Formats: sequence, structure tokens, C-alpha cells
Amino acid sequence: MNTIHNRQVVCETLMEIAKEDRDIVVLCSDSRGSASMKPFAEKYPEQFIETGIAEQNIVGIAAGLAASGKKPFIASPACFLTTRSAEQIKVDVSYSNTNVKLLGISAGISYGALGMSHHSLQDIALLRAIPNILIVVPADRFEARLVTEAIVGYNGPAYMRIGRNPVEDVYTSGNYEFQLGKAITLRDGDSLSIITFGETVKIALDAAELMSNQGINCRVINMHTIKPIDKECIIKAAKETGAIITIEEHSILSGFGAAVAEVVVQNYPVPMKIMGIPDEPAIPGKSKEVFAHYGISPENLCLEAEKLINKKRNGW
Amino acid sequence: MNTCKHLIKKAAQIRRDIVDIVYRSSAGHIGGSLSETDILVALYYKVMNIDPENPEWPERDRFILSKGHSIDAYYCVLADRGFFDKKELLTYSQFGSKFIGHPNRQVPGVEMNTGALGHGLSIGVGMALAAKMDKKDYRVFVLMGDGELAEGSVWEAAMAASNYKLDNLVAIIDRNGLQISGKTEEVMAIEPLEEKWKSFGWNVSVIDGHDIPSICSALSEDKKVLNVPSLIIAETIKGKGVSFMENEPGWHHGVMSPDEYKRACEELDKMLEVLS
Repeated sequence: MNTIHNRQVVCETLMEIAKEDRDIVVLCSDSRGSASMKPFAEKYPEQFIETGIAEQNIVGIAAGLAASGKKPFIASPACFLTTRSAEQIKVDVSYSNTNVKLLGISAGISYGALGMSHHSLQDIALLRAIPNILIVVPADRFEARLVTEAIVGYNGPAYMRIGRNPVEDVYTSGNYEFQLGKAITLRDGDSLSIITFGETVKIALDAAELMSNQGINCRVINMHTIKPIDKECIIKAAKETGAIITIEEHSILSGFGAAVAEVVVQNYPVPMKIMGIPDEPAIPGKSKEVFAHYGISPENLCLEAEKLINKKRNGW
Repeated sequence: MNTCKHLIKKAAQIRRDIVDIVYRSSAGHIGGSLSETDILVALYYKVMNIDPENPEWPERDRFILSKGHSIDAYYCVLADRGFFDKKELLTYSQFGSKFIGHPNRQVPGVEMNTGALGHGLSIGVGMALAAKMDKKDYRVFVLMGDGELAEGSVWEAAMAASNYKLDNLVAIIDRNGLQISGKTEEVMAIEPLEEKWKSFGWNVSVIDGHDIPSICSALSEDKKVLNVPSLIIAETIKGKGVSFMENEPGWHHGVMSPDEYKRACEELDKMLEVLS
């Protein structure tokens, strides 16, 4: 089991880039420890800004820095960064089109036992309704590096969502073609597709493996970029596999499943199942326990796949 | 003194322009535009180091209109200063125009999109920090409304500015004492303002916000205190220059009738005549 968490990789990658690019600035809201940004703060104190616990201010300051030619990266808990400062993100970042990178750390249900105040299960719904913000989520530590490098090179507002705990590797190395906005088909299949992102990619791959024992060929798509979403890949999956399960570490309302469904229903309607956290305060617990509670486990995904394939063949 | 006379006349001209664009568009926020006019004139014609021919000049002083709704005065000053052709303001608040009711960066000279209150000072802190990081000499000016001070984010930024020792940051409060619902002290009391800002570590001065020599003096670089951000409480009159609008909260975003427009023009034309 991998023990390196994605936020550590993000810090290391930013440190490598900051060595050459003195305009890179990291901002933390008393979050340098939880964001694993201590090494950056120690090595590049002149490129590090501490704002204290003030999320509205941190986003405004970052926008001012960006408007003056800096490349600010805000590393702050996703739950506070996205909702407390939603208006600053909307106006100072999106509307003013400032080159601010929002690193939402400990996202989703990473802070499982800390309760709803610390869960960020509305961030995708909120940010995808705001124009001009790239939303991207790495599936593992290798992809965390590639995403970090890609958003450094992307001139515009971006939100990178990062979990708290180490996740099992999806890839064996970072030596694969990664492109913002272009989904990756990790496993081909024609019975149905699972489209997901982030920490649930590994669960989807495990589920597909289980399904193969039952003669179900499940396509698994890593939709690392949620906005702009890879429409072409979704339509292709709908046409070629005829059924789609989406999984998100997020509320099932207005989030990733909704984004996929918007593409599906307007282009090539097929049966879908949207899996994620239902419309309630999520049950406290470790990520795997919480996922399993809400049916996001390889075993249950096999059952959902069977039901969906049945709908695809026999109708509703 | 001649320069000041020239600026006083300029402010009267700008007020006349404001009345025109507000009347023509039946839009805008005239009360706060008239209260901030002298401050903007002092900044854009005397204090700030800017080049309207080159609005992106990296060494320029920065200005953020945090009370973004008071856009009428800002557009009139930018146009008169040559950032764009005054004729373009004919489209103000019209369908598809870039001259909308709040500052936006499509308009040359505008640094940031504002409109949601309580954002400007944080942005100013970021810009002032960037200047320090890059060892540049430009200064950053942020103009806020007094009603705006009820936004908590203002105080987050106030704390940060003194924490970072941003002596290149100057915040100005257009203290006209009124907001849309009435007197600031009745809607949400913000006094004692001077003490509040002092306790947040700012170098505070209180001035007559319609006295251009006082404004220029308070904003001048030699008033800077090393390592301390500056806050100027500019005591103003909402609706200043048009007698029936002065100190009337209803003129926060009032629209003039033809008769009111005529009276406003007459008053301002008379003032211009006296100043000539």
C-alpha cells in the first residue's frame, strides 16, 4: 500500500517549479501543516504567504497577487476554501480572470470523523456553475504530480481537489500522456462504463475486475478534469457501452454525475446510475467505510452494474 | 495653488459629467459618485503615478474601487484622463456595453472587477505584497464606502495589511455617513472609526473629503509611515454639489426627472462659472 499522500507530491512538485519560477507563491490559511506545505514555507519563505484563518482574505490577496504578475497557489482545506470564500472565487478569481490556483486539500470526506463542517461535498456543484474555472482531481500520487505541473502551465483560474490520506496507486508511474480536459480510459469494455475521478478510480478498477469474473466487461474512465468535461469520451462511452455508472466523492446533487448526465441526456441517452453521497450530512468514518456505507464498494458496484445492464437490455 | 484651483474646477466638471451619464442612462449610483469625486480627482490628476496611454505600465500606481457601485465618477474620471474616448460612455448601462454598473477589466484603466462589497482591501493587500516581493515602488490605493465596513472581510484585510507592514498601501474611506437604508450609525454602527483602524495598526488621518488640497496632502508619499499602512477617513457629503441630493439617502441610486436634471445642471454650471 502506497504511503505517500497526494498533497506531499503537490508540495514537492511546486518546490521544484518554484526554484526556477520565482513568481510562484504559495498561500496558506494556518494550513501549512495540513496541506503538507511546511517544506515549501521553510525553503522559500519569500515565496510563501501566511494569512491566518481567513479564507475570504486569502482568495482576495491571491487575486491581487495574480493581477500583479504573481502565480499564487492557495493551499487551504477544501471545505472552507470553496464555500467560505465562494464570492471571492466568483468575483475576484473567475470574473476578474486572475491566474489563481485553488488547492482544496482534505477534500470530499477526507475529514470523515470531523463531521459535515469539514466535509467538502458541495465544492464541485458550486464551482462548476461559476464560469472560467478549471476543475481537476488527481486519482493517485503519480497523477497529482502531472496535474500540478499542468495547472502551473495553465494561465487562468483552476481548482485542484486533493484528498487527505494516501491512496492506492492507480498508475505504476507518471509516465503516461496526461492532458487537461482529456479523460483517460483505464480499462476498456462494452457492457457498461464507470466514469469517476479521484480516490474512487481505484474502487472502480477493482469493481471492474470483479465484474469480469461474471462475464461483465466494464469500461473504466478516469475523468480527472471535471470542467471542462470530456464530452467526446462520455458520448463514446454511451454509444459503445450503453450504460453508465458515475461515482463521486461529493453530493449526488448537481455534482459530477449531473455533469455527465447533462452530456448523456442531450447527446445519447442511456441508462445511468449516479453514485455518491446522498442529500444528507455524510455519516462519519474513514473514507473506505463511508464509501461502502453508500454503496461505493467493488461488491456493490457489481450489483449496480447488473441492474443497469438489465435496464439497458430490457428497458425500465 | 493654481494646480489646486485647476483640480477644484476639474471636480466640478466631473460632477457635471456624472449628472449627464446618470440622467441619460437612468442608471448608476449618483449619491456615492458625487461624494467620492474630489478623492478621485486628487488621485487621478495629482497623486497617482499613471500613464493613460499605457494602462498596463508595470510601475504604475494601482487603484481599486472597492465601493464598485459608485462607478459613475470613476468612468467620468477615466474618460477625462484619456483612458478611453468619452463618447464611449454613451453606451453606459446599455445592452452589451462594457461600461456596466460596476468596474470591470474590459475598461482600460480598471485594475479589478468589483461590485461585491468588502473585496477591494484584500486585493489591495495582494497587490501591495507583490510590489514588496518584486521590490517595486508603486503604491496601491483602495477606496471603500463606509457602509461597506460592515463586511467582515474588510477587517481580515485590515489585520493582514498591518501584519505584513504594507506601507505602500493606502485605504480611503468615503465617509458620507449614509447607506441605502439610511444613516450608517443607525443601520450598523461603525464608530469609533478612527480608533478601530488605529487599533488594527494603521496610520489614520481624518480629512475633509471635499477639500482637494487636504486630500492631496494626506495622500502624498511623504505622509507615509515606515512599515505601517495608511488609512484616510475622508469626511464627505453624499450627493455633494447638487443641493437637493446632499445628505439624502434616497439619492443613493436615485434617477432624476427632467426637471431635477435641469436643476442639477444649473447648479453645477453655475459653480463652473464661478470657478472660471
